[in-house]
Amino acid sequence: MTKRQRIVVVGHGMVGHRFAQAAVERGLTETHDIVVFGEEPRAAYDRVGLTSWFGHPDGAEALSLLPGGVYDDPRVRLVLDSVVTEIDRAARTVTVVSPPSAGSRDGRQGALLDQRGEPGAVTVHDYDVLVLATGAAPFVPPVEGRGKDGCFVYRTIEDLEAIKAASEAATSGVVIGGGLLGLEAANALVQLGLDTHVVEMAPRLMPVQLDDVAGVTLVRHVEKLGVQVHTGVLTEEIEGDRSVTGLRVRQAGTEEGARTEVVEAQVVVFSAGIRPRDALARECDLETAPRGGVLVDEQCRTADPHVFAIGECAAPGGTMYGLVAPGYAMAEVVVDALLDGPGTFTGADMSTKLKLLGVDVASFGDAFATTEGALELTYADAVSGVYKKLVVSEDGRRLLGGILVGDASAYGILRPMVSSGLALPDNPEQLILPAGSGVRLGMPDEAQVCSCNDVTKADILHAVAEQGCEGVADVKQCTRAGTTCGSCVPTVKNLVEEHFASVGRVVDKGLCEHFRLTRQELFDVVAVHGYRRFDDIVEAHGTGRGCDVCKPAIASILASQTSTHILEPATAGLQDTNDKYLANIQRNGTYSVVPRIPGGEITPEKLIVIGEVARDYGLYTKITGGQRIDLFGARMEQLPAIWKRLVDAGFESGHAYGKSLRTVKSCVGSTWCRFGVQDSVGLAIALELRYRGLRSPHKLKGGVSGCARECAEARGKDFGVIATEKGWNLYVGGNGGATPAHARLLAGDLDTQTLVSYLDRFLMYYVRTADRLQRTSTWIEQLEGGLERVREVVVDDSLGLGAELEAEMARHVGGYADEWAATLADPAKLERFVSFVNAPDTPDPTIAFTTERDQIQPIAPALIPVGAPS
Amino acid sequence: MDVARATALCAVADIPLEGGVAALVDGVAIAVFRTHDGSVHAIGNVDPFSGASVLSRGIVGTRGDAPVVSSPMYKQAFDLRTGACLDDASVSVPSYDVSVVDGVVLVRGVR
Ligand SMILES: Cc1cc2nc3c(=O)[nH]c(=O)nc-3n(C[C@H](O)[C@H](O)[C@H](O)COP(=O)(O)OP(=O)(O)OC[C@H]3O[C@@H](n4cnc5c(N)ncnc54)[C@H](O)[C@@H]3O)c2cc1C
Repeated sequence: MTKRQRIVVVGHGMVGHRFAQAAVERGLTETHDIVVFGEEPRAAYDRVGLTSWFGHPDGAEALSLLPGGVYDDPRVRLVLDSVVTEIDRAARTVTVVSPPSAGSRDGRQGALLDQRGEPGAVTVHDYDVLVLATGAAPFVPPVEGRGKDGCFVYRTIEDLEAIKAASEAATSGVVIGGGLLGLEAANALVQLGLDTHVVEMAPRLMPVQLDDVAGVTLVRHVEKLGVQVHTGVLTEEIEGDRSVTGLRVRQAGTEEGARTEVVEAQVVVFSAGIRPRDALARECDLETAPRGGVLVDEQCRTADPHVFAIGECAAPGGTMYGLVAPGYAMAEVVVDALLDGPGTFTGADMSTKLKLLGVDVASFGDAFATTEGALELTYADAVSGVYKKLVVSEDGRRLLGGILVGDASAYGILRPMVSSGLALPDNPEQLILPAGSGVRLGMPDEAQVCSCNDVTKADILHAVAEQGCEGVADVKQCTRAGTTCGSCVPTVKNLVEEHFASVGRVVDKGLCEHFRLTRQELFDVVAVHGYRRFDDIVEAHGTGRGCDVCKPAIASILASQTSTHILEPATAGLQDTNDKYLANIQRNGTYSVVPRIPGGEITPEKLIVIGEVARDYGLYTKITGGQRIDLFGARMEQLPAIWKRLVDAGFESGHAYGKSLRTVKSCVGSTWCRFGVQDSVGLAIALELRYRGLRSPHKLKGGVSGCARECAEARGKDFGVIATEKGWNLYVGGNGGATPAHARLLAGDLDTQTLVSYLDRFLMYYVRTADRLQRTSTWIEQLEGGLERVREVVVDDSLGLGAELEAEMARHVGGYADEWAATLADPAKLERFVSFVNAPDTPDPTIAFTTERDQIQPIAPALIPVGAPS
Repeated sequence: MDVARATALCAVADIPLEGGVAALVDGVAIAVFRTHDGSVHAIGNVDPFSGASVLSRGIVGTRGDAPVVSSPMYKQAFDLRTGACLDDASVSVPSYDVSVVDGVVLVRGVR
């Protein structure tokens, strides 16, 4: 056996992380140990989505690419807060400076001691393979005054924290640089409430991607949003004593000393391009490209065969790429090379599509028509601010590139046409005329649909046809398509739907043969017409007499909208077996009984009652995962008597049988635990009592943890609440089971009242719009806009639905009654709980038990010979 | 068929509309249903897929034109008129001859 090799990765940014991830997925860790040193205080995060940090209460966590900061594979070790300061290629070692705390990640953010020049721990590490993934740094032009307080760059979460803090005392801000990133920074300043200016040296915005007309169109959009754009101006000086007060600028092309103007600002953000962080390589005599970047070959290897460079710090063939997709491709190439694979990196598609300040902008392929003989087709609508340009080959047969401003909906179809060389239709202008002109184009299989993760149409079709993907959410998980910038998701959706249509699988969301409507549509129909009876609904909107799919679904909808007992005559026949008997049927036809134990807290007296009931009825007892006790083996006719004993002792139904709230699990919290920061048990009980009995598309589970240690496993629940020093963080969309999902942060540091109102809205929004048997995780995945959409509706109240959703929940809470007690009080409902209509006192003769570990266990009813009467 | 022996089970009103009840006839559990149009059907109560005596507790509805009950255990549908399982042609449960006389449900042929 050969010795395990050791890989050292420098930099845990987007690309360094992708390298580690690909190494694990492709088995490189079978032969290699990997250690990654990252200078930032946190694991890699989605830098592409950096700006969204401003909108999130706990943005850093929402952006994380590795929540928890630990790889699943123990052979990959991540060391944060640690800077590689030197490479010794002869000895094959790197020198690392870490603050004393680095490596022990106990939840505190380690201080960046070394970066402040204070002494840190210095260690030396061997490598067999060194991968440089140090990224790039913002370029700050040598303008006088650039070191003053109030000057920032826009690259890391710390930069954003500083900009946010400075903005609190500021009224106006200016961004130097009107490129892609500059406009994004301007967007952030607008969101922070500053009067925002952008100064750009070139005569137009986004000079790299856009032509003049497109640039002008974009300026119109951007100014409408309150950003003042100054193009064609140079920055002379940043004014102010210690802190910035303004920016002195002059027109480009004028002499030094010519007339200047001052743009007032207390915040200045430099966004004048980036420079690869290649100093480490230069210092150990590795060659760099003339315009920066570690020079590497097609396998991303430097002249030293043990050293690779990937991402923004690398310059394959002399060119650096300032986008994430090429970096990801390089990461994959190096993993491939280390597995002796043939992969190479030979350049990348620099297409861009983004929504800038709400304006669609896309630029792809040969956007400036530099190809010999290229022709341009343009469409401009100054009123609505739309500009579209196609660059086509001389013979008009091939699309070479294009620019779209104001409406980039055609991007998904156009960009793949460039890379695939698909022949254009006879009238290519149709492609950019306003929608409805009706050109449909087949995409070739090799067309790249997701450029961030290099996923082709063929990959997507393979995922649906061969790998069992059932929808967009599955395809995203399986291929990574659409998981980075998300711009290709509509195209992915179309491909998936087209595929299912082509194999004759009706992509029919109808509930069953009796209803063509989806659950959500039915929910609305019931609400609008105020239906209370299945008969009315099926007569008006369905056919036949229903089945085990639509009847329970309608029962659930009716239960969500009214608070009448589920066993009322109008709905009793619709209920699923378990709901019909308010207990859970088991394999031999007996039932299990679960009383509610809110938050898992129970008195000794109540525990004794449960024990006594179990003993007296000979029931098997087991502690559930939801912190309560399940009593098994009750015959149907015994249920009311068992409930009576429990109800008399102060218990109620735990709804273990329903598609409804099950439990809100809790840890012991601040009352007892020396680490707890909030009363998690108290909140869990309050939430469980609030949402008990709520009928929903699927079962619902909650959890509350009293501190970040998360002992209640709240993030494995549909809604999870985790205490912070300041309040509560709310997570949504988690579940265990066959396809576990971790809940994601919806909002952070909430006071209890806000938490409850967000939860009310979230749960009601789910109850209203989810499909039948759809857990919250899949529901969120399938919502257009995903978690962001949920946040808009629940937190930002963008639909103005908040009050209505809360009122519906209030109605539910007010109308709640214990289903067991209500059944016991109603002789008509009790009539059904008999074994045989003509022999009510005779127990079912097929039910029998044996004993195992001192408790009963069912004996499988002898399987009746198929087809023969017994 | 033993034409002479009919067993009275219950009043027709004891069977919920679009629902079922279990009855015991000479030690054999049967499931008796009343469909939406008021007609009464009887089949064996034992679900052949699980062996549990539970079919009377299933949801009553239709599949195409057939009145069906779906087993509460694993949800297979059984034709109330014939006992045939509509999800597995090789499986069926017994079906019994029922009638309603003066509001009383009578069953024949159970052995
Ligand atoms: C606001 C913003 C918006 C963007 N939008 C887009 C977009 O829409 N589309 C797109 O494709 N790209 C976009 N980008 C660019 C994209 O983020 C980068 O291409 C990508 O992050 C590059 O990944 P990387 O791993 O090479 O570098 P980085 O993500 O910067 O990671 C490098 C890491 O290495 C660390 N490091 C550096 N030196 C050392 C050392 N000596 N020791 C230890 N650690 C070290 C750094 O601290 C950093 O954490 C955007 C960037 C920003 C800032």
